Amino acid sequence: MNPFSSGTRLRDMIRAIRACKTAAEERAVVRKECAAIRAAVSDNDQEYRHRNLAKLMFIHMLGYPTHFGQMECLKLIASAGFPEKRIGYLGLMLLLDERQEVLMLVTNSLKQYPTEISTIQTSISLVLLYVLWGIFVLLKWHGILLLKLNDYFKVETQTLRKKFGYSICAPSPKQAALCSIRIVRKVPDLAENFMSPAAALLKEKHHGVLIAGVQLCADLCKASSEALGYLRKNCTEGSVRILRDVSNSSYAPEYDISGITDPFLHIRVLKLMRMLGQGDVDASEFINDILAQVATKIESNKNAGNAILYECVETIMGIEATGGLRVLAINILGRFLSNRDNNIRYVALNMLMKSVVVDSQAMQRHRTTILECVKDSDASIRKRALELVCLLVNDTNVKPLTKELIDYLEVSDEEFKGDLTEKICSIVERFSSEKLWYIDQMLKILSEAGNHVKDEVWHSLIVVISNAADLQGYTVRSLYKAFQTSSLQVGLVRVALWCIGEYGEMLVNGAGMLAAEEPVTVTESDAIDVVEVALKSHSSDFTIRAMSLIALLKLSSLFACFFVMHLGLLYEMTSQLLCISCRRIRELIIQHKGNFELELQQRSIEFNNIIQKHKNIQSSLVERMPVLDESTYLGRKDGSSTDVPAVKPSKANLSGTSLNLQNGVTKPPAASMGDLLDLSSDDVPATKSSTSDFLQDLLGIDLGTPVPSGAAFSGGSDILMDLLSIGSPIPNDSSPPNSVSSSVANSSAVALDKFSSLTSTSSSLSSEALTIDPLRGIEQIIRSPPSTAPIVDLLDGFSNHISVSGNEKPDFPAITAFESNSLKIAFSFTKLPGRQHDTQIKATFTNKSSNEYTDFIFQAAVPKFIQLHLDPASSSTLPASGKGSITQTLSVTNSQHGQKPLAMRVRMAYKVNNQDLLEQGQITSFPPGL
Amino acid sequence: MGIRFVLLVNKQGQTRLAQYYEYLTLEERRALEGEIVRKCLARNEQQCSFVEHRNYKIVYRRYASLFFLVGVDNDENELAILEFIHLLVETMDRHFGNVCELDIMFHLEKAHFMLEEMVMNGCIVETSKSNILSPIQLMDKGF
Repeated sequence: MNPFSSGTRLRDMIRAIRACKTAAEERAVVRKECAAIRAAVSDNDQEYRHRNLAKLMFIHMLGYPTHFGQMECLKLIASAGFPEKRIGYLGLMLLLDERQEVLMLVTNSLKQYPTEISTIQTSISLVLLYVLWGIFVLLKWHGILLLKLNDYFKVETQTLRKKFGYSICAPSPKQAALCSIRIVRKVPDLAENFMSPAAALLKEKHHGVLIAGVQLCADLCKASSEALGYLRKNCTEGSVRILRDVSNSSYAPEYDISGITDPFLHIRVLKLMRMLGQGDVDASEFINDILAQVATKIESNKNAGNAILYECVETIMGIEATGGLRVLAINILGRFLSNRDNNIRYVALNMLMKSVVVDSQAMQRHRTTILECVKDSDASIRKRALELVCLLVNDTNVKPLTKELIDYLEVSDEEFKGDLTEKICSIVERFSSEKLWYIDQMLKILSEAGNHVKDEVWHSLIVVISNAADLQGYTVRSLYKAFQTSSLQVGLVRVALWCIGEYGEMLVNGAGMLAAEEPVTVTESDAIDVVEVALKSHSSDFTIRAMSLIALLKLSSLFACFFVMHLGLLYEMTSQLLCISCRRIRELIIQHKGNFELELQQRSIEFNNIIQKHKNIQSSLVERMPVLDESTYLGRKDGSSTDVPAVKPSKANLSGTSLNLQNGVTKPPAASMGDLLDLSSDDVPATKSSTSDFLQDLLGIDLGTPVPSGAAFSGGSDILMDLLSIGSPIPNDSSPPNSVSSSVANSSAVALDKFSSLTSTSSSLSSEALTIDPLRGIEQIIRSPPSTAPIVDLLDGFSNHISVSGNEKPDFPAITAFESNSLKIAFSFTKLPGRQHDTQIKATFTNKSSNEYTDFIFQAAVPKFIQLHLDPASSSTLPASGKGSITQTLSVTNSQHGQKPLAMRVRMAYKVNNQDLLEQGQITSFPPGL
Repeated sequence: MGIRFVLLVNKQGQTRLAQYYEYLTLEERRALEGEIVRKCLARNEQQCSFVEHRNYKIVYRRYASLFFLVGVDNDENELAILEFIHLLVETMDRHFGNVCELDIMFHLEKAHFMLEEMVMNGCIVETSKSNILSPIQLMDKGF
């Protein structure tokens, strides 16, 4: 026979599947089998239905979809024989998914049975299905079901009983109870229907019925407080009797497990008792005695006995038990804790967790044992114990406990370190009373498990350090020492870098020495060594490298300060005069100018520039961070649990320094002026002689209006815009030198723009853009930039390339397009690079009369080969006597560029004293080449 | 709820019997079984028989090459579940006579019948071996 035909026996199919070497082979076999079964299903094959379903169950177990078998189950259920029915139900229970339409189908096809419940075949169907699946899609079924259930609760003498006993295959009080549990769980409102039958069940003798009855009572207690009250009154006695009977019963071979009769029943009853006794003194008093009796009588040398003891302790802790009973329970737990069996220790820890709220004093006695469990080799036990330790910590024992835990951190498994670190950190943060202790503990944790410390933890450590002015020196020195041994712990490295950057001078000069501190000699180069190690370590991530660069920049300033103070040479400092440390720092920084990370590359170039060329502003740029506000930080931490972005510290650093700059203007403006002039005179010798005149000219002509620039030089005009926008706030400062510097800055910028249009080529432009870009990066980071610094930088960037000369390029001068006695129109032109045909014209209208023009409208007409687009005008009112102007942008596309020049007719309509006026004209004076 | 699922897995991690008492889709079941098997089979003899997984516990016990894994709620008595596993094995032993992996595979439906008699709705409802086995013997006799 073909092994894959539908005639395959179950055994053969299983063999075939087992013989498969790969998952693909298995899938193929299963696919063939499924196809065969589908075929059999559609042929309505009676003979193999039973066998097919068994196969489907196996295939389902392997995790393949088998939904097509659901209808087969229903057909089997409808057949006459008991085995077919039984397997039909089993299949239905396993294969049924919760798709609504199938459930409806099942419900409907079974709906007929309740009316003909007398036969075996039908009786099992109803009960089984309800017990197994509790299908309550059709709530109107409840009525019928409840009616039948009441019959079942009373079933006493039936022929079925003789055959089936209390099996789930036949109706009995046990089935009724199970069915009711299902109903109560799904529809708690129906609980009251089952209160009295449930209480009656506790009088039964059969263990199966009892256990189901006790479970029903427990579910009723959970479902409604009314039922709980009723059962307290009527069942407390019953449950005590059950427990007494079962624990005192003589040897019963059917239920005996290692000398104890039915521990499962014991445990069920104890659970019910816990519910009954919880928060009720009377019920608890009733239960006390039997609990004491069971707890002392049960032997604890077997697992079954321990299971009962465990449940007993939980019940004692759960109810309003007497003090003596509680002591008994705690002693049992103590015995469990010292047991060698890991299972027993686990449940003991579990139990202690629950009892710690009840009696934390008694728990403290087991503290050392619990601490031992934290060090267990078993992960489950360690986890439990660790959670328990966290619950046991209080103000008095936090120090020894933390010490123990941190000591253990050194030797614990790598995989456990994460959990352990998290818990220790939370303990330290929660219970720290003094900052020194907090910092000490955190440093220890960081050096042991810095890789497992969460970002928030070291962030808050930095906040604390920043607030503890008297401990900063100590901290940075301790971090330095810790770094020597644990330079691979990410968390430690980050905190150390931050602190060395901020408090580097305390590291070197030993300021703020604590009495108990061991003195350590650190030179400047040692400090830089640390940063170098961090920067170059292969395990360092992006954040560490970024932090290293900033630390270096900060150090360069701190160390340079000493140097400068010794020599008194603040302004004469040049790159040739850098101290040794600074030079080394620069070398380190500059190594990253080719880094693949754009951010690092950019910072490296910026920082190098700062160190090399801007000694004078450097110290104020990298001043120490202002003290971080603890309350806002903690508030934010509570408010959102989202991670702080990894590069945040570096950005915070920079924005913090820019704040400093704003508050105290340390840089004399005159110096920048000198710089500017110096630079231009040194680097642009060719134009030196005419510089000042030229500037004057430019100032006079162009400051108010944008300078027309070559189409290819939008880069240059962008710089100009930047300069203008940066320069503009300065005059508000009302300090004379500043405004001078600003005007110079403006003018020189314009001048430079001119130079660029004269000298640059496209190649010099691209290199220029590269230089400028990082500088702009600085601008973006320093949110409110000090006006002078970027200008200087820009000039810097420019001066490097100003000497590169190239072809001249045609420029389009502004024209006066139209002039009458009352109105003047000026046009300026811009061409976008690479778009020869397009020209942007900016029209500026000026009123020459002494009357204000209102409702001003400008219209223009062009020949067919030109396209014209008018943007909205800046205003419709033109003030009198040239006191203001209207601007409007025109976009012109000349489709015959190079062959025909631009030409345009214009018409201006406006009102003077409510009188309509019209002026028109023709413009032919466009510069050639447009 | 008590018991959430009962799983039988062999040493290679292949499922040999699976019974869930709460509804899970096929994909969820496969994922769950994979996670649990990886977690439990990696543990050694000395470690305790309880593993916390997601929001519940797994109580497991090994018999030769077969692992019995029972997922239970957190308030369930773990020691009792261990005892339950043993009872299940003893019951199977009584029926099959020194039960092995193949017995369960080839008589999957019988293993399920036993389990159904013992656990309903996630509650242990029958603890007497002869009561559990009597309906199965009835069927064998051809009732």
